[in-house]
Amino acid sequence: MPRRFLLLLMLAAGAACAQERTLPIAALRSGVTFAGPDVRALQADDTANPGMLWVQRGGELWTAAAPGGSCESCHRGAATSMRGVAARYPAFDQSSGEVVDLEARINACRTQRQRAPALVREADDLLALTAYVAYQSRGMPMAVTIEGPARASFDRGQALFHTKHGQMNLACAQCHDDNWGKRLLAENISQGHGTAFPAYRLEWQNLGSLQRRIRACYFGVRAEMPAPGARTLTDLELYLAWRAQGLAMEAPGVRR
Amino acid sequence: MPNARITVPDRVPRGLPFEVRIQIRHPMETGYRTDDMGKSIPRNVIRAFTCRYNGDPVFVAKLSSGIAANPYLRFFVLARASGELTFEWIDDAGTRESERVAVNVG
Repeated sequence: MPRRFLLLLMLAAGAACAQERTLPIAALRSGVTFAGPDVRALQADDTANPGMLWVQRGGELWTAAAPGGSCESCHRGAATSMRGVAARYPAFDQSSGEVVDLEARINACRTQRQRAPALVREADDLLALTAYVAYQSRGMPMAVTIEGPARASFDRGQALFHTKHGQMNLACAQCHDDNWGKRLLAENISQGHGTAFPAYRLEWQNLGSLQRRIRACYFGVRAEMPAPGARTLTDLELYLAWRAQGLAMEAPGVRR
Repeated sequence: MPNARITVPDRVPRGLPFEVRIQIRHPMETGYRTDDMGKSIPRNVIRAFTCRYNGDPVFVAKLSSGIAANPYLRFFVLARASGELTFEWIDDAGTRESERVAVNVG
């Protein structure tokens, strides 16, 4: 009898976290491990990491006055209040009734609480605030919630990840699940984790969001790119965050 | 945006060299690129960079379009007396910017 009970318990537990993983958690590798020694050194040294320019700016914006108050007037010191927050995003937002990423959450705070204008995606100030908030979670494991109201977004993201796109007719999974670690021309194919974003990409000569990076993948497979802030991209961000579960946050990272 | 991040040691022993690191926020536009409309983007790179230690130039650099955006410079200065390092740079657009940082020798 106890044995049967145990079996039932295991089945119940199995159903609760039955989400199948193509990449087992033990096999996960941060994108930085696929980079060359120069890029790794740039990311490892905060005085050389260009992304820290945006973190510094984000710290200034945190205390900047707005009609409804600065970020700091509600959240106080980011080092404590924002610790671990970025690791939980994208997350379901009760007020808008949809899953939002960190950029959208910051903009919601600006328009609804601070009564300040929303920032355009990829604007320096939005990148700076995102980088500043994400920086507070450095080293913490990615831990998004996919159950409950976030489930629909997760399912869409997962389906997209496995759907073939564009003229090249490639799905994200074909590179990042099936062929990671191999070469694609001059590039090492990574597992496609977004843990370093917003990241400074040498190709961009600028900091960029995970959405920008995903859009670059759409371009790479010659598919039509979703608009910045599109729901499609948030869905993918959520799926990627779940896929990287447990990997350490490293924003602002450096990538080629 | 802040225009530079500067790193110097908190305290440096007299008579010994210490490391100065500066990262300047700048697009270092080469002049070879075009915008989305096909119009050429004018060249705008930092032309000259000078670091002064209590007024005396200790490091001077001439930069060109071969240097990537957000240039990062790292050099050594001999610690003589407590005071100030001033950094100044000018780009092709004629924008002159400067930053300063205190040096504690002892």
